[in-house]
Amino acid sequence: MVTRTAPSRLTAQERARRAARGGASRSVPAPLLAPALIAVAFLLLPLAGLLIRAPWGHMAAALSGTDATQALILSLWTASVSTGVSLVIGVPLAWVLARTTFPGQRLLRALVTLPLVLPPVVGGVALLLAFSRVGLVGRYLDEWFGLTIPFTPLAVIMAETFVAMPFLIITVEGALRSADQGYEEAAATLGAKRMTVFRRVTVPLIAPSLGAGAVLCWARALGEFGATITFAGSFPGQTETMPIAVYYALETDPNAAIALSLVLLLVSVVVLVSLRDHWLRGPVS
Amino acid sequence: MTGRGSDGLVVDAEVRRGEFILAVGLAAASSQVVGVLGPNGSGKSTLLSAVAGLTPVAAGRITLAGEILDDANTGTFVEASERPVGFVFQNYRLFPYLTVAENVAFSPRARGRGRQAARVAADYWLDRLGLAGLAGRKPDQLSGGQAQRVALARALAGQPALLLLDEPLSALDAGTRLDVQAELKRHLADFTGPCLLVTHDPLEALVLTDRLVVLEGGRIIQEGSPAQVARQPATDYVAKLVGLNLYHGRADGSHVTLTAGGSFVIPDQGQHGEVLAAVRPSAIVVSTKRPDSSSARNTWPAKVTGLTLLADRVRLDLDGQPPALVDVTPAAVAELSLSPGSQVWLSVKATELEVYAPSGGRQDQR
Repeated sequence: MVTRTAPSRLTAQERARRAARGGASRSVPAPLLAPALIAVAFLLLPLAGLLIRAPWGHMAAALSGTDATQALILSLWTASVSTGVSLVIGVPLAWVLARTTFPGQRLLRALVTLPLVLPPVVGGVALLLAFSRVGLVGRYLDEWFGLTIPFTPLAVIMAETFVAMPFLIITVEGALRSADQGYEEAAATLGAKRMTVFRRVTVPLIAPSLGAGAVLCWARALGEFGATITFAGSFPGQTETMPIAVYYALETDPNAAIALSLVLLLVSVVVLVSLRDHWLRGPVS
Repeated sequence: MTGRGSDGLVVDAEVRRGEFILAVGLAAASSQVVGVLGPNGSGKSTLLSAVAGLTPVAAGRITLAGEILDDANTGTFVEASERPVGFVFQNYRLFPYLTVAENVAFSPRARGRGRQAARVAADYWLDRLGLAGLAGRKPDQLSGGQAQRVALARALAGQPALLLLDEPLSALDAGTRLDVQAELKRHLADFTGPCLLVTHDPLEALVLTDRLVVLEGGRIIQEGSPAQVARQPATDYVAKLVGLNLYHGRADGSHVTLTAGGSFVIPDQGQHGEVLAAVRPSAIVVSTKRPDSSSARNTWPAKVTGLTLLADRVRLDLDGQPPALVDVTPAAVAELSLSPGSQVWLSVKATELEVYAPSGGRQDQR
C-alpha cells in the first residue's frame, strides 16, 4: 500500500504555468524557503539602512567637507589601470596555466591565486617588504633609479592589481580549459601560427569570460581597502581612494561617510550594469 | 592506380594515441579520392590528424609530392600551420563569432594575405560553391548543408595541395544528405590534389571515392576499388556494412564446407583451401516447403529469429546451418505468414555465390 497525501488543488493559472514550463511542482519546499529569505534579508538590510539613513536633503553639504571628487577620480582611474595591467599580464599567465604543463605548475597556480584567500592587509605588508625603500626589490629601484613606490598612486595601482588580478586569472583560466580546442586545431590547419590562433580564435572564443573576469577584477580593485591603506597609505589626492575616504569620514562625520558610500555604490552599479549590457549578455555575436 | 609516385600523398607510419596504435601504409595520387572506411575507434580520425600535423607519427613517415611532412626517423616535422592541407572537420568547426565570409577569408589571411586580397579570395570561393548570398551570415544561421559547403570553401580557400574530409556528411539529416553528397562529389572532382575521405557510411564511400581502404583496430584490412570491396568483402565488418552474407569456409573444387556449419555447392573453378563466400540477402529464396533440390542449388532449413522493416522490404534474420540475412517483400512475409520462430527452407543458386580467397579482396596490401 502506498501512502500519499490528499490531492492538492491546482488553479488554472498554476496549471498553465506548469504546462508551459513542463515538469512537476516548482513551489519551494519550506526548509529551503526560510533560510533563503534570511539570506535575502541579511544581504539587503544593510543596503536599505544606507539608503534610509542617507542625508538626502543636504547631500551636497555632506560631501562638501570631503575630498569626494578627488577620491572618486583616483579610485576610478587606478581601478581601471590595474584592470588593464591585469589583462595585459594576467591573461597570458592564465593561458600558460591552462594550456601548458611543466613541473611545479600546480604549486605555481596555488601561489598566484593565493591573494584570493590572503587577507588584503597581509598582502599590503608583503608588498611593503618587497617594494619599500628597504624592501627586497624596492631597495634597488631606489638606489638605481631613485624610484620610491610606497605611498604613491603607483602603489595604489600595485596594491589593487595584487588583490584583483587573481580573479581575472582564475576566470580566464577556467574559460580556456573549457573552451573547445577543436577551433584552435581548425585554425592551425588553415595556416594560423600559434600567436595568430591566440589572437583570432582563442580570445574571441573566451570573450564573454574575459569580459566577466575584467568586470570582476575592476570591481574588486575599486573596493580595495586593506592592501592599499597598508602599502599606499591615505594621502588625499595621492593615495586616498573612495573606500579609504569612507573609512576616515566615518570617524569624523558619519553623514559624509554615508554620502560617499552612496556615490561609490552608484558609480559601481552604473558601471557594472553598462558593462554587463555590453559584455555579458548571451553569447558573443 | 595506387599513386605511389612522387606527386601524391604517401603514408607509411605508426601513430600512437595512448594505448591505441594505428599502423598503416597507404597512398593517394593527385585527383584521387581515397576513402577510409571503418568503425568508430578504428583509427580513421587519428590517420587524418597525423596527416594534418595535429598528431606526430611515432614511427615511419608521411610525404606529400615527395616532400617530407613528418619523419620519425630523422625528426623532421612540418607544423600543422605550414602544411598545404585543407581539413573539413566532422562538425565543421566554423568559427561561431565570424561571418561566413570571414570564415572563408581566415586561411588566406592567416597565410599572410592582406585583408582586401583575402576578401577577394573568399568571394571567389563563396561564389564557386554557391554561397555568395550567405556571406554575411553567422554559422548558427546556416542549415547543415550550407555549413558543410562553407567548411569546404574555407578549406579550399587556403589553396591546399591535399584535402582531408572527416565524415563530411555525418552531421546532416537524411533528407539533405543525398543532395549534399552529389554536390560534394562534383567539387571533389574539381580538386586536383589527393584527397582522403574518412567515413563509416558505406554508401558515402561507394559514391564519393575512387579507392577504398578499410581500417579496423588500427590496421588496414582491405584495400581496393569500391566495387571490389563491396563485392568481395574481406571481413564480417565490411560484409555487414555493404549488406552481404559472408561465410568463411574451405573449398574443395565444387564444394565449400562452411565454418559456421553446413556446406555450399559452388561453380567449380578449381578453388581449394581457405575461401570466403559472399551472397546478397536478396539472392536467397525463402519457402515454407522443401524446394526441389538440384545440383546447382543449395537448400537448407532455418528458423526465423528476427524481422526488420527496411525501406521497401523486410530483412529476415535466420538461424540455420549456416545462418543468413535474407531480404523479402512485405507481401511475401504475409503470404508465408513469417514470424519469429517460423521454420522455413532457404535456397540459393550456386551461381549467386561469390567465392574468393581471403586475400582476394586486397590489392596493394603491404
